[in-house]
Amino acid sequence: MNTTPSEQISKSPLIELKGVAKVYGKGRAAMHALRGIDLRIDHGEFVAVMGPSGSGKSTCMNILGCLDTPSAGAYLFDGVDAGELSRDQRALLRRNYLGFVFQGFNLLNRTSALENVELPLIYRGTPTGERRACALRALEAVGLKGWETHTPGELSGGQQQRVAIARAIVTNPKVLLADEPTGNLDSACSREIMEVLAAFNSERGITIALVTHDADMAAYAKRIIRFLDGIIDSEEQNGGTP
Amino acid sequence: MLRETVLLAFREIRRNVLRSSLTILGIVIGVAAVITMVTLGGGATAQVASDIAKLGTNLLQVRPGQARRGHSGTRSTGDMFKEDDAEAIAREISGLAAVAPTASQTTQAIFGNKNWSTAATGSTNSYLRVRDWPLENGRQFTSGELRAGKAVCILGATVRKELFGGQNPIGATIRLGKLSCQVIGVLESKGQSSFGTDRDDFVLIPLRTLHRRITGNTDVSRIYVSAQDGVSTKKVEQDVERLMRERRHIASGKEDDFHVRDMQELVSTMTGTTRVLTGLLGAVAAVSLLVGGIGIMNIMLVSVTERTREIGIRLAVGALERDVLMQFLVEAVVLSSFGGLIGIVLGVAAAAVGARLLAVPFIFDPGIVVIAFVFSAAVGVIFGYFPARQAGQMDPIEALRHE
Ligand SMILES: Nc1ncnc2c1ncn2[C@@H]1O[C@H](COP(=O)(O)OP(=O)(O)O)[C@@H](O)[C@H]1O
Ligand SMILES: [Mg+2]
Repeated sequence: MNTTPSEQISKSPLIELKGVAKVYGKGRAAMHALRGIDLRIDHGEFVAVMGPSGSGKSTCMNILGCLDTPSAGAYLFDGVDAGELSRDQRALLRRNYLGFVFQGFNLLNRTSALENVELPLIYRGTPTGERRACALRALEAVGLKGWETHTPGELSGGQQQRVAIARAIVTNPKVLLADEPTGNLDSACSREIMEVLAAFNSERGITIALVTHDADMAAYAKRIIRFLDGIIDSEEQNGGTP
Repeated sequence: MLRETVLLAFREIRRNVLRSSLTILGIVIGVAAVITMVTLGGGATAQVASDIAKLGTNLLQVRPGQARRGHSGTRSTGDMFKEDDAEAIAREISGLAAVAPTASQTTQAIFGNKNWSTAATGSTNSYLRVRDWPLENGRQFTSGELRAGKAVCILGATVRKELFGGQNPIGATIRLGKLSCQVIGVLESKGQSSFGTDRDDFVLIPLRTLHRRITGNTDVSRIYVSAQDGVSTKKVEQDVERLMRERRHIASGKEDDFHVRDMQELVSTMTGTTRVLTGLLGAVAAVSLLVGGIGIMNIMLVSVTERTREIGIRLAVGALERDVLMQFLVEAVVLSSFGGLIGIVLGVAAAAVGARLLAVPFIFDPGIVVIAFVFSAAVGVIFGYFPARQAGQMDPIEALRHE
């Protein structure tokens, strides 16, 4: 298993949720999306999150991704309390350590695959030449060599999701968060996507947390966490081979 | 990073050429209007100033009646001058180059079957000197002609053209009303004054000829006084005022019943008027710039809403609030400055054409071009800021969920 320096020094988990709750709205209309989540994810893990619709999976992923903040409880990312960070500091955390893959791909339309992948590097201030080289390598890693100039509209769903994955890993993030990445794809495409993700986890040691409804996809992960009504219902270890 | 932002702005603008063009139309029109108005106004001001300067800036006019406040006309409440008033000025005031008493009467000038209504102006050779008006042809009056009030005349260029066409008028005899009069000279053309009057439309005859043969009185309606170079016109003005008060027996404490007008004063009054007018027109034009700015704000707000998802994506991959704000702000500034540039080109072209049509000089003022450009860019910053801030402050999750 891959180890990073911080693991060796601190032995702290990469991600730790302590009693995290999320409430949308106020008073009678309050919607308790999360009701106290305790969760640890270590460096290099591959975790699948499952559970019925509305059980709080996406809410939890958004908090893990620093796109949202918990209403109560603490979120420690590599030992840093994300709840204490400003909006800009959370953006910097996303920029430098986190990668996202969404169910709806969320690529920029009318923009080539290559430029979509370059986007996070632009905000990192990577020089043009290096940026291009990194993006080309990332696209090659997801098996899209030769498709660089195509816009999302000219690509299939599976290819679009590969572009999104390339965009997420081009910065070499510590964590890749994927919220139902195969939700819009057929099972053949879904498997290809899962193979790509599993490869990044095992070869580069990128920690992955992935939401899925599909047990076949969850089978790629080494640990499966089940959500129910805003709490963790059960956890199980998995072989990591489907 | 800034390079990428600017490139991105250009790309977004190019993506929607029609909308971008319509967006900047307001700025284009506003800037073009400001440049045209201010340039034409500046030309007109320069024209007025140079016209008046042509009269000679060391020239004073003494007229009966009080000056109307802030205006060039006079109220005719004072008695007319006589020839000896002019003689007294010439005799008693030092530092003068020439003194020309004048009087004028509208008459018919007739030659053969040609007939032209014009002014018969009676004066001396000093008139030509104070007005700095050379003869194109012929000669001035002799002192004998002046003293005796002989029937001789010098034609203004317009009268010559109307009566003689291309022929040489020297030596010919024309009629001024009932007076038969020999043409001894022709004046050079001065053309239109900036007030629109034809300065060449008169016939100059000896003052005594006018008095005896045309008006039948000895009134002098205006005395031109020109100071020698290096002599202060202010001092001459005071001297003339003192002398005339004395001659007209005006008790101290009572107001003058005549007025001494300084050409320098006239220059500043007249150019002041055109400058105020230019300023007003420029201000009206500047309002259209503001309207253009509101147009940009409107379109940027629409654009921010349309691109909510894009904003969400950018925020998710690590764009800071200020990165997104800059992106939209730069887009607004690029749009408005581009509109400004087009407006400058159009405005300068329109001013060049307009100057030719209005026969005023075209004076290209780089200052106003720079101001217009800076102003249009500033309009982009001011009106682009609010939409750009909205974009930067979006919640990433909500933005990503936006359809
Ligand atoms: N922005 C929001 N405002 C109000 N309620 C929300 C919001 N986002 C999610 N919810 C509610 O929180 C609950 C959990 O949602 P979500 O985390 O999206 O579930 P899942 O991803 O497991 O389907 C749902 O009942 C949902 O309606
Ligand atoms: Mg969900």
